[in-house]
Amino acid sequence: MKADVSNIDALDRAIIAATQGGLPLKLRPYDAVGDVVGLSGNEVQARILVMLDSGVMRRIGVVPNHYKLGFNANGMTVWDINDEHISELGQKVGALEFVSHCYHRPRHIPHWPYNMFAMVHGKTREEVKSHAKEISAILGNNVNASDIIYSKRILKKTGLRIAAQ
Amino acid sequence: MFETDKKLLNDYQRDFPLVPRPYAEIGKSLGISEGEVIEDFTRYIENKTISRIGAVVKPGTIGVSTLAAMKVPQEKLIEIAKIVSSFDEVNHNYEREHSFNLWFVITAPNQTRLNDVLAEIENKTGTTPMSLPMERDFHLDLGFKLKW
Repeated sequence: MKADVSNIDALDRAIIAATQGGLPLKLRPYDAVGDVVGLSGNEVQARILVMLDSGVMRRIGVVPNHYKLGFNANGMTVWDINDEHISELGQKVGALEFVSHCYHRPRHIPHWPYNMFAMVHGKTREEVKSHAKEISAILGNNVNASDIIYSKRILKKTGLRIAAQ
Repeated sequence: MFETDKKLLNDYQRDFPLVPRPYAEIGKSLGISEGEVIEDFTRYIENKTISRIGAVVKPGTIGVSTLAAMKVPQEKLIEIAKIVSSFDEVNHNYEREHSFNLWFVITAPNQTRLNDVLAEIENKTGTTPMSLPMERDFHLDLGFKLKW
């Protein structure tokens, strides 16, 4: 499933923008979105379905708040992996149940040697550490260095707030 | 937590009904009314159990973004974090336990604006953010299995 972002038009972008803050908690939520973007509710539903099929939208539904649900020990695990294996290994790590985000990002030598980020959720730091060990086992001897960076405080967290282009 | 709550929180992270009255459809399958479903979801959002019912969009679909990190002196952290958070383009800002102790996500309509925000943050804080834009996303966010 490959998302083709070039296939979405201004109305699709408007639907994404109108639903970023959340689907309205109204009897007919898609009609309400349609009112904002100038479409019928049925057209909104149809366009969302197309975006889900193409992968532009990964899912639509409940977005849980991990912290509030007791997953308080979230750790950003960072890894320095041999570049030639990052694609294959990243996909394996990204598929793990306890990983909520997994990205390839650039290194900044000498300050930052890590090129893969995997956000791990756990209820305790022990749990996060044991998940990190599972990741480490998958990566084997392709890992040159790694670290777990825990969050201390959330200073700002909002949904995306950018206008449709 | 009641069984109905668990189902509402766990079972509708994906495949949310794409029908004119989705809350009625959810209610039907759980044996509660449409009004109760809306009330429950409203409560979860108010008490922050869920952040929203919404679409999770592939990164880069609208706008460009980066993860940025800075090393700031602990005694200036709050002051600098406030400057960083004051930008509408900054949607996440976390203090983390590392020498890079301030981590934030910047999302802008285009690369020019993103670069401007990075430059403005550097100007106003006197610290250069290390910018780590995503090169590839390995995780298809299909929801998170909740366990109680």
